[in-house]
Amino acid sequence: MASNKNKFGFDISLGRQINYDANNRNIAEYLFDKEPSMRRCIECGGCSATCTTAGFTTFSLRELMILIKRGETDEVYMNLKKCMLCGKCTLVCPRGVNTRNIIVLAKKAFQKSDEYAI
Amino acid sequence: MQFDPFIIPFNIGLYFILIYIVVRCVIWFLDLSRPDKLRLQRGFFGIAFTQSLKEIFMESLIHRKILKTNLRLGYMHMSLAFGWFLLILFGTIEADIFGAKHLNAPYKAIFFKFFNPEHGRSGFEAVYGFIMDLILAFILSGLLLAVTKRVYSKIVGMKKTTKLKLTDKIALTSLWLIFPSRLLAESFTSGAYGTGSFLTGTLGTWLATFLPAREMAYPFWWLYSTALGTFFILLPISRYMHIPTELFLIFMRNSGIRTGDKAGTYTEVQTYSCSSCGICIDTCQLNYSAGITNIQSAYLMKGIRNSYDISEIADNCLMCGRCDQKCPVGIELSPIRMIQRRGSEAGTDIRNIFKGYLRSRQNAITETIPVSSNYKFLREQDSEKTDVLYFAGCMTHLTPGIKNSMVKILDASGMKFRFMDEEGGVCCGRPLMLAGHDREARELINYNSQMIWKSGAHTLVTSCPICYKVFKESYYLDVEVLHHTQFIRRLIADGYVKMNFLRKRVVYHSPCELGRGSGIYDEPREVLNHVSRLEKTSFEDAESLCCGGSLANMKISSRDRLKISADAAKELTRRNPDILATACPLCKKSFAAATQTRVADISEIVAEALNVGHSKKVNDSRSIILKEIANI
Repeated sequence: MASNKNKFGFDISLGRQINYDANNRNIAEYLFDKEPSMRRCIECGGCSATCTTAGFTTFSLRELMILIKRGETDEVYMNLKKCMLCGKCTLVCPRGVNTRNIIVLAKKAFQKSDEYAI
Repeated sequence: MQFDPFIIPFNIGLYFILIYIVVRCVIWFLDLSRPDKLRLQRGFFGIAFTQSLKEIFMESLIHRKILKTNLRLGYMHMSLAFGWFLLILFGTIEADIFGAKHLNAPYKAIFFKFFNPEHGRSGFEAVYGFIMDLILAFILSGLLLAVTKRVYSKIVGMKKTTKLKLTDKIALTSLWLIFPSRLLAESFTSGAYGTGSFLTGTLGTWLATFLPAREMAYPFWWLYSTALGTFFILLPISRYMHIPTELFLIFMRNSGIRTGDKAGTYTEVQTYSCSSCGICIDTCQLNYSAGITNIQSAYLMKGIRNSYDISEIADNCLMCGRCDQKCPVGIELSPIRMIQRRGSEAGTDIRNIFKGYLRSRQNAITETIPVSSNYKFLREQDSEKTDVLYFAGCMTHLTPGIKNSMVKILDASGMKFRFMDEEGGVCCGRPLMLAGHDREARELINYNSQMIWKSGAHTLVTSCPICYKVFKESYYLDVEVLHHTQFIRRLIADGYVKMNFLRKRVVYHSPCELGRGSGIYDEPREVLNHVSRLEKTSFEDAESLCCGGSLANMKISSRDRLKISADAAKELTRRNPDILATACPLCKKSFAAATQTRVADISEIVAEALNVGHSKKVNDSRSIILKEIANI
């Protein structure tokens, strides 16, 4: 059945609507609460530009923060772990966002939500 | 038999606390690791014992370190501790000489006046009474300071005094009541019998003119005994547990026991030795520059003692180490804070509840087995052979002036060197450690270690004190690790580079991680002295300030950071120097944002003063540094 569907091209483009039920805003709310400076982020990408880890991977804090804020957190935890916490992003941030704390808190939040998931 | 019911509260309290302390010390001893037990046993029969006695006298009684930091505060502590000690000592001797018989029960010495009201009329007895009154007056003068300090802390030259919990307040009140009630009890008795010396005698005679002295004395003897009893019973659950614990701590420290990186008996003993004197609060820059007043080490200790949730306190600290330096008890505050940071990372399992005194220790910390690597993306790289390896560090990449200067200096020296992280390397691991993520840090350490081993270098030079500290302490390397200030100092001394003299007035800010953290104070100053006019500030060496940029603080906002930087920069540039020199990229960046004065790293100043034409070029790649190592 599925193979037939594919033949006719019904599945070429995925659904474009945003499924709010699938989004998990809990992490974002937790971070806004614990580190209010996150609200100041203007997504300029300065953090990603200077990032040490980004020299080796496609790691981008800007992207991860956007995903967290949207609530699309599936891939975020795996990526966050790549951070070396060196702190360059905090130093270059033009808005004074405490990025290191956000990463540490987010990791903690994901760990907790993993524990309570089952 | 001399007995009166009023001594009962005192006796209960005294015997309770004596038994309690003995039991506590035995449990602590049994809970030590085996090497530490041996250390303690060896210390008991060795020179450590004599040292400890001397230190107990100088620190626990005289409070020499507090006297050095703050004369009035030191006097307050000394009068209470040393005065009380003298009162007990002379009281015991008094009871022994003048009492009915020798070797009396403690209460007979403490309440000597009550049982011997006729004592002290003339001759030697009166002289002795004078001494006792003098000691009491000495204590009361300190008590007056202590009471005033609670409402007006500037009286002892402190900006802030410690906030207390309820049991501490009750214990404090009973402590305060002890000496006035003794004064009044003795005075009334003296007044009734016409005895007593200049203090109790005079006060007693005056009180007896308008009060029935004989009847008034008895309730005050009750009050005196009750205050003592209450104080002793509250001792274990209040901050005054520091009085007996500190003796044990001094002995442990002199026997060579150190904090290490896991919670243990020594941490516990240190926690209980904190008297909440508040000196750490006063030296903390977070307190007086940024107005953050609830995270200082005294509160950390209080939090651990009372099993509060202290993760916020533990994380909100610059780890500058100024409080470590100032702590009059010599508690290793930063290592204890690091243990708290790590604690939240590790898994727990239940342990014997009778062993640990602190509730947190009942859940012994066990290492979680690393499940998967976080940094798989780091690929092994080949590395060409070299003599000197230069590791700039993440922060130096944000201050390109420093790395360019270092390359210039290294080029001029003619040494064979390689810039390890020219294209952006891997973090040294210390930022992760400071956040308590030791396992992740170990992965980065292993990666960097491999790179360093493969290079075949004999010297590793780094520009960042944060990297320097971790290379020194947590890497297992067979190369010599140097901070660039040490390296430049050696280049100058061995004639590899020639310097011009810059006619500039320079002050030096000693970075926390380099100075207090690694004990390097002299080399940076010698280099600066060589190339410029180095001037002194009020914050030299161990007294140096924190720039506010420290990576160790996870919580502080950028605005508070700037306040600390601005205050520190203002203090350092008080005499309008041409350059504010430092030896850390992070300090440079923090200060540059906070002051109009030019901020420069030592390497930049040296590069500016470099006399390129006259540098000694070495063809032999095996440099003198290598020979030096061979000589050692």
